[in-house]
Amino acid sequence: MSEHHKETFITKYIFCQDHKMIAKQFLITGMFMAVVGMLMSAIFRVQLANPGESSILYNLLPSHWLNEAGGLNPDKYLALVTMHGTILVFWVLTAGLSGTFANFLIPLQIGARDMASGFLNMLSYWFFFLATVVLMSSIFVETGPASGGWTIYPPLSALPQAIPGSGTGMTLWLVSITLFVVGSLLGGLNYIVTILNLRTIGMTMQRLPLTVWALLITAILGVLSFPVLLSCGLLLIFDRSFGTSFYLSDIIINGEVLHNEGGSPILFEHLFWFLGHPEVYIILLPALGIVSEVIAVNSRKPIFGYKAMVGALLLIAFLSFIVWGHHMFMTGMNPFLGSVFTFTTLLIAIPSAIKVFNYLATLWRANIRFTPAMLFAIGTVSAFITGGLTGIILGDSALDINVHDTYFVVGHFHIVMGLSAIYGMFAGVYHWFPKMYGKMMNKNLGYIHFWGTFICAYGVFFPMHFLGLAGLPRRYYTNSAFPMFDGLSDINSIITFFALTGAIFQTIFLFNFFYSIFKGTKASQNPWKSNTLEWTTPIERIHGNWPGELPVVTRWAYDYSKPGAEEDFILQTEPLKEGEVEH
Amino acid sequence: MRPKNYNKMTNILIAIVVLLLIATLVQILRVSELLSEIKNKDVNEVTDEDNSTQGVLFLIVGFGFLIFVIWQMVAWDHLLLPPASSVHGTQIDFLMKMSMGLILVAFFILSPMLFYFLYKYRGKKSNKAYFFSHHNKLEVIWTVVPTIVLTGFIIFGLKTWDNAMNVEVSESTTVIEVYGKQFNWTARYSGLDNNLGQANYKLVKGRNTLGVDTLDENYADDKVTSEVHLVIDKPVLLKFRSQDVIHSAFLPHFRVQMNCVPGMVTQFGFTPTKTTEEMRADPVVIKQMKEINRIRLANGEGEVEFEYILLCNKICGSAHYNMQMKFIVETQEEYDVWYASQENLKNKLLTQK
Repeated sequence: MSEHHKETFITKYIFCQDHKMIAKQFLITGMFMAVVGMLMSAIFRVQLANPGESSILYNLLPSHWLNEAGGLNPDKYLALVTMHGTILVFWVLTAGLSGTFANFLIPLQIGARDMASGFLNMLSYWFFFLATVVLMSSIFVETGPASGGWTIYPPLSALPQAIPGSGTGMTLWLVSITLFVVGSLLGGLNYIVTILNLRTIGMTMQRLPLTVWALLITAILGVLSFPVLLSCGLLLIFDRSFGTSFYLSDIIINGEVLHNEGGSPILFEHLFWFLGHPEVYIILLPALGIVSEVIAVNSRKPIFGYKAMVGALLLIAFLSFIVWGHHMFMTGMNPFLGSVFTFTTLLIAIPSAIKVFNYLATLWRANIRFTPAMLFAIGTVSAFITGGLTGIILGDSALDINVHDTYFVVGHFHIVMGLSAIYGMFAGVYHWFPKMYGKMMNKNLGYIHFWGTFICAYGVFFPMHFLGLAGLPRRYYTNSAFPMFDGLSDINSIITFFALTGAIFQTIFLFNFFYSIFKGTKASQNPWKSNTLEWTTPIERIHGNWPGELPVVTRWAYDYSKPGAEEDFILQTEPLKEGEVEH
Repeated sequence: MRPKNYNKMTNILIAIVVLLLIATLVQILRVSELLSEIKNKDVNEVTDEDNSTQGVLFLIVGFGFLIFVIWQMVAWDHLLLPPASSVHGTQIDFLMKMSMGLILVAFFILSPMLFYFLYKYRGKKSNKAYFFSHHNKLEVIWTVVPTIVLTGFIIFGLKTWDNAMNVEVSESTTVIEVYGKQFNWTARYSGLDNNLGQANYKLVKGRNTLGVDTLDENYADDKVTSEVHLVIDKPVLLKFRSQDVIHSAFLPHFRVQMNCVPGMVTQFGFTPTKTTEEMRADPVVIKQMKEINRIRLANGEGEVEFEYILLCNKICGSAHYNMQMKFIVETQEEYDVWYASQENLKNKLLTQK
């Protein structure tokens, strides 16, 4: 082991191969990007509440994004929306969430010294880092960053004449995503191999904590779907730069007749959503895994229906590959195909319902301890209920006709995917912070952060359903061009008010996080009285995780409040007593 | 005019305020932690008191959220789209009502249950949770029940979808092309022969804005217009084309939406059931327009009347937010008068130059 090789600053903090440090690198980068993405949303929310007016927040923007009166330019509004989506979907909720917790938890919870390949793991972060640099630099190019929506549908994204952001900004976006996919594939392969091969003695698949199950399934989804995004992006690069016509046909733009014929933007949509839909679950599943763990620990009860929970995860993952067409009901595809996608989409409600019922059953007759992590885990369950249900409307092609691409969709996915996942991420950070930094985060600040976030988030996203039912399309620079939407201006102001207030509450978290790293109170070895293996490692973090032998596992992760036991938790390494049956 | 370095000054001021705030917070935290150290207590330990407070908070805030939801449904009901003005739209509205009912029932059962459990089972150090790891019968029940309910909704949904997507063309169907480009819409009526003349994007030139092929005689009686008039209760088939990027033709009042994709022709057929005038006399619409005009007057804008509107609903560029065309539904007589006043495409193109 590496106890005796000397670590320099560079090998310890920068080009580090230790999974715990790589996890922290992902976390900090993800948090930085989350702040950027959140500021962007604050800015465009201000624009929506006071269209065309100037605002103090616009000081954050390059001056050529503003018009003479100090208002935001329409194409830069779209740039902000596009970058907000890209950053939150890929940088924060994919890399920030999976990257952090897969790296941190997989070796610790399965009893491994590190990832199967520490070197690939390091590369995975540095590809991600490069992708971050390229994406951020695209904000500063003359014509602005990509502006065609985070779904970058061609021809809009293919033609610089169509919108300024489709020039250099879009090129950098594509380069950045390519690097990102490489990084996430390296990471994903590593996670799968590690979980399958490096489990310690006794850690059978049936004894894996649900976090690890969720991370495993997530990694498989990523490895199967990200390459499709890569090829989808490559063809777009060809169309943009080398004159091919995969996605382009019959176009006149700005009076210029293009030569492209025979391509179809619909092909792009199919390829994009073949990643795009599994991506939703790449975001959501790790959060559900974290939440399952946090809820069980803090309910002091086993997670209800462990096998059903694993089954539901597998079923959701499988279905996520055959539902992508529900993003495309209105593309003019064969109505029969629409019927098939409606059928498969609505089926997802079944495993989702099972998960919700099982969470509720876990909380029933529990002895709930409200740590900040537990509050956020419950936030996820609440958001999953609220947001999941509106999926039944959107997944139904007949109903989608009138709510497709309206604010109803924006409200739906921000609650079910955005909130559920970001709450899960917060829950994870609060819960494993003692293991990451050896310190405790401040509890009371955590409480304030949760309640502020929980209230503001519903204040932002719930009213959006009503905007959608009033017919308001998303991605509109202002709603004032159509008199029929004038009545909605109050709702827009309410949403903006909650968005800005909610953003302020996030500074409490940032403060708590960095304050606690340096000045937080010292954590004990197992502060939450948890069963899983990570809490058997020493407080001071060492390369290789356990001094001496690896732990041997003899039971599942959820023996909380087991009758006959003295304490209300039993470590996974505790041998079964004579006559004791495993759950 | 603001002084030139106004922005810089404000930024510096804001930065100072933020730094001061952070410094204050650090001090408050240090004090609280030192105090608890003196009392020999762990400030971050979750006490029974915390559990009580948080449990009660969940009850209050949780039910507050539910009340907020109900308040929105009542207060904003008059802002939502009025009942559909088309045959298939009425069916969609019915399915929407049923689905909304279903999810609201589920929402108002599950959410209160969650919040109540959190309050009821808030922990105490002296308590022990009930060891309950699985229950097969229960799990089968809550798998089977949603499955049955969903099956019903899937069948119901697919029937409605099939009806809505039905584009059978009969004698009486009016065929109209809707052509989208950055950032406006144009319409083309197929004329007496009910046949649209062929078009090719390479033929777009001068007045021939839609690239109609003048060798195809079907084009002669086509009429190109900047708004669309429809006859009440008469089926119409819209055919969509795009000149540049993907647009989406969205007619929310008719429950009609279809993407316009360059290189492709897409279509949507429907039958309007209410004239523009009828809509203006509808109590729901009157209430909505009253609210809209109240706000418009307050903002110093003129009053407006209800109109059917075609919007673009797929991001298409910087003026995406303002790509619209008026639709008017009227009686056959009114329509005939309007239609006669529109010029034939052949005449229009021949008088070119």
